[in-house]
Amino acid sequence: MADWVNRIFGKEQSSAAQAKERLQLVLISDRTDLSPARIEILKDELITVISHHIEIDPQAIRIEIAHDGNKQRLLADIPLKSKRKIPKQVIA
Amino acid sequence: MTATVITITSGKGGVGKTTATANLGAALASDGAKVVCIDADIGLRNLDVVLGLENRIVYDIVDAIEGRCRLRQAMIRDKRLPELYLIPAAQTRDKTAVSPSDMVRICDELRADFDWILIDSPAGIERGFQNAIAPADRVLVVINPEVSSVRDADRIIGLIESEEKGPASLIINRIKPELVQRGDMLDTKDILELLAIELIGIVPEDEHVIISTNKGNPVVLDDKDRAGKAFRNIAKRLQGEKIPFMELTVPDGFINRLSRMFRPGGE
Repeated sequence: MADWVNRIFGKEQSSAAQAKERLQLVLISDRTDLSPARIEILKDELITVISHHIEIDPQAIRIEIAHDGNKQRLLADIPLKSKRKIPKQVIA
Repeated sequence: MTATVITITSGKGGVGKTTATANLGAALASDGAKVVCIDADIGLRNLDVVLGLENRIVYDIVDAIEGRCRLRQAMIRDKRLPELYLIPAAQTRDKTAVSPSDMVRICDELRADFDWILIDSPAGIERGFQNAIAPADRVLVVINPEVSSVRDADRIIGLIESEEKGPASLIINRIKPELVQRGDMLDTKDILELLAIELIGIVPEDEHVIISTNKGNPVVLDDKDRAGKAFRNIAKRLQGEKIPFMELTVPDGFINRLSRMFRPGGE
């Protein structure tokens, strides 16, 4: 009953939606043979390598495996820290 | 006649492969085709009982492979339909008694005399599965709408592709419309998005399947049955007909409507 009440008021995802979300993640690790823990390690290593060459903000990095049909791709969004500070009056 | 070889597989056990094989075989045969069903689950044979032919087995597939009988002698004709045959699995042997090339050889021998050869694959991804898909022209993957079945199917679909037997088609078996509507069962759209595979049939959960299996009668032989109708539709799609997928709805009660109204993205 509590389940049902929570769900009606949108407090909890339906169990089918939870199943789908869990499957999305588990299928990615099954297909790539990369566990979520290994993806974290990969991310740390990427940060180290890239930081040797350019200045980046480790907090802003997003790395994920997206799947599009039965193809997987590794997506990395790495914002760079700009060296050149643009003077305020130029923007105005 | 050149038969099309169709292998019915799943990865996970107990999702309804044997029921699907028996019913598709019976449906194709009742449409006038000449059909042979092969039980490739050596050591755990079941297609014979589901078809109600268990009392008529003399020889099995391993007898034919090892030369104790001719292939024709291992074939049992189903008397309810004009042209439906079964080649039973051996019960006292294991998967290693048959090799993928044995299966290819048997199917090649049968191709000229049949329209369809249906192979009921064992669960798992080992030898038995390899045997079952070796001669396949098409592969059907059966799943139930639940996490373990979908996950195993994803593995199997990958293996089918790496054996160059793809693209496989999907049968979603035992859907419970009322659970789907309540948001407690994965729906067809979710599953197709996860598995990225073509759909060939949706079969509702139906107690008549249990009852007809108790009696050894394929459920497709019952005109009024919903699951039977779903299997007959799959058989028609295999034959190239465009049949719309069954609408699986439940009476729209007040609670259903209410909970859908409030649930974010519930539909």
